[in-house]
Amino acid sequence: MAKKKKPTLNFATDWSYAPAPESTDHVTIENRYDLFIGGKFVPPSKGNYFNTINPATEKRLSSVAEAEKTDVNRAVKAARTAYDKYWSKLTATERGKYIFRIARVLQERAREFAVIESLDGGKPIRESRDIDVPLAAAHFFYYAGWADKLEYAFPGRTAEPVGVAGQVIPWNFPLLMAAWKIAPALAAGNTVVLKPAETTPLTALKLAELLRDIDLPPGVVNIVTGAGNTGAALVNHPGIDKIAFTGSTAVGKIIQKAVAGTGKKYTLELGGKAANIVFEDAAIDQAVEGIVNGIFFNQGHVCCAGSRLFVQESIHDELIDRLKDRMETLIVGDPLDKNTDIGAINSKMQLKRINAYLKIGTAEGAELYQSACAVPEKGYWCRPTLFLNASQSHRIVQEEIFGPVLAVQTFRTVDEAISKANNTPFGLSAGVWSDKGAKVFKVSNKMRAGVVWANTFNKFDPSSPFGGYKESGVGREGGVHGLLPYVRLT
Amino acid sequence: MISFSMPASRTHPLAEVPTSPSVDQTGVEERVARFKTRSIKENAKMGALELILSMIDLTTLEGMDTPAKVRQLCAKAMHLHDELPGLPQVAAICVYPTLVGTARNALTGSGIKVASVATGFPSGQMPLKLRLAETRSAVSEGADEVDMVISRGRFLRGEYTYTYDEIAAVKQACGDAHLKVILETGELQTLDNVRRASDIALYAGGDFIKTSTGKVQPSATMEVTLVMLQALRDFYRRTGQIRGMKPAGGISTAKLAISYLVMLRETLGQDWLTPRLFRFGASRLANDVLLQIAKQRTGVYQSADYFSEA
Repeated sequence: MAKKKKPTLNFATDWSYAPAPESTDHVTIENRYDLFIGGKFVPPSKGNYFNTINPATEKRLSSVAEAEKTDVNRAVKAARTAYDKYWSKLTATERGKYIFRIARVLQERAREFAVIESLDGGKPIRESRDIDVPLAAAHFFYYAGWADKLEYAFPGRTAEPVGVAGQVIPWNFPLLMAAWKIAPALAAGNTVVLKPAETTPLTALKLAELLRDIDLPPGVVNIVTGAGNTGAALVNHPGIDKIAFTGSTAVGKIIQKAVAGTGKKYTLELGGKAANIVFEDAAIDQAVEGIVNGIFFNQGHVCCAGSRLFVQESIHDELIDRLKDRMETLIVGDPLDKNTDIGAINSKMQLKRINAYLKIGTAEGAELYQSACAVPEKGYWCRPTLFLNASQSHRIVQEEIFGPVLAVQTFRTVDEAISKANNTPFGLSAGVWSDKGAKVFKVSNKMRAGVVWANTFNKFDPSSPFGGYKESGVGREGGVHGLLPYVRLT
Repeated sequence: MISFSMPASRTHPLAEVPTSPSVDQTGVEERVARFKTRSIKENAKMGALELILSMIDLTTLEGMDTPAKVRQLCAKAMHLHDELPGLPQVAAICVYPTLVGTARNALTGSGIKVASVATGFPSGQMPLKLRLAETRSAVSEGADEVDMVISRGRFLRGEYTYTYDEIAAVKQACGDAHLKVILETGELQTLDNVRRASDIALYAGGDFIKTSTGKVQPSATMEVTLVMLQALRDFYRRTGQIRGMKPAGGISTAKLAISYLVMLRETLGQDWLTPRLFRFGASRLANDVLLQIAKQRTGVYQSADYFSEA
């Protein structure tokens, strides 16, 4: 007897969506950006500039200055002067007012920031519009409120600012990470030198314009663009009192060595390889949605991405069928199209890295599955990808890929799920899916991870602390916890 | 997961109905919000509007309905807006059983189906034998489709075998007529119940599952419709049988109807994008869709006074 054909759904529909691109008319991007030091844009000392491109078209958007050591010196000096001359002399209430003003103007100019974020970084406009920019504004609002209430944040103690903070941020959430770093630093009374990532500097430079336009005292925030050398110059600068870094674990380790014995305070928010555990009693369709949100949000360029899926064996086939169906409906393409779900991979280098892992996973014996969607010819793209039948011993399970690639494994018992989930050098986040409250609490408490989501994933709020266990980092950002690295308590 | 307070005996066909998966309300709401952010423009919008028209069950279900009112409704169905040539027809007219004959005559030769509510609509609080007799009567009067209601009281008591049996009995009474099973989701309280009732209705032989009578608030919502579409999908995956969906009540704007289509497209795909398998039960939706089609064709919005009432 012939095997009965498995009923399948067809998502190549006669009726589909026409392009709905967000307009870019209202956005101005300068041909060239200088360094933002002491409240002014100043040219770099050696006169070097590098291009920043749109990863969806590979076209140049602008050139930005490359900050040399001398430029970093100037920026740190400006921050120190601003600290001594203006910022530490202001009342906490006045300081708070400035931060509220940043938040408000960022909200007013939200559309402009969202479009530039999508142009420069490749992320879909739906995300930059609904998540990145509103959340960045929310962080400024949140910490603005703390500025004159530090005595309540640390009852019975006096919180003094640390001084000048050196901050190095990654390319996956350029504006949001700038907000995460700048807002608590300013609220606690520090001044800042911030280095954006070299592939995505534009929204930070736009933020610099905004800070200038709202008359933030000169030098309170300085923004120096550049690559690794600029970052190293900042981290190693003796005038820096506190380092905040978000990026790869490899660079995090270098920074930790560099600051050893210097007395600098530091927080590191590093890589991750989060376990997303789905139990057989979970609400399965909502779990599928959470898996999609966990790994395909921001093209998987998320340090807390749910990149390791653990499915209880009894529901594996059913869940994977549904996940594949859902992946067929994800639209990959023009980041500025309002219907795009997955945008462009951030850079050529990152795409190369992801493609290398696709080869590694296949060679290791995992089964590659990608959705059938078309991708544009120009630009950097990766279809949503699953690796089925992956194992703990595979590199695609152990190493952070930082792309839309999900490694799928099964488990039989609760203990096995906990043990496999924790069997990693990382520990940034985890997800637990179950309809049973007791199980959710038990498993969540056993996760060696800084953030654990239950029956949801990738939810962020300024009041909620974020940070890692093990090689995922040191210290916490967000919430009251996020003030701690920026104060000295007496 | 729902446990059976009255377990089905091993021989009862309800034992063949798989355990319904649990449903997380918050997760469903989030998914629905995503459907609503889809931006449907230009050709896609025009395609959607025409598809929606073809999926409408133009409905009047009032105590004061008369043959004259139903004839007016049928005239509207056959002449939606003759000024705009090339429009599709609505799928069906939906009326009370006493008016099926009137509708049948008025629609002769049009290809538009006649649907009749039955089984003690809207409450279902009537002896089963009378509900079955009403069904047979509606079919003999010429109903192509029967929209039944389930006994929500019995369902909420956990009498799932009763629910299964009443649906199976009505299906049998329908003969060749298509059966739509109204769950009245506004009375079922939880999405878990909506899912369970959907599963029972499909396994008991319902050709369509339908959200609401329109007499209870809330009527159709995107949340309950999504859960019901997922039940249709899982039923199809398990049995290979393809069944239909009808959200009814409260869908009165083209914009909302387009969001439903987006949800249908991304949950079930191509095979369901047809009036054969998806209907809107609505009395006011058609004119808003016509207004939007006229806007797309002419570039300007026209006054509602240019569109005939039914």
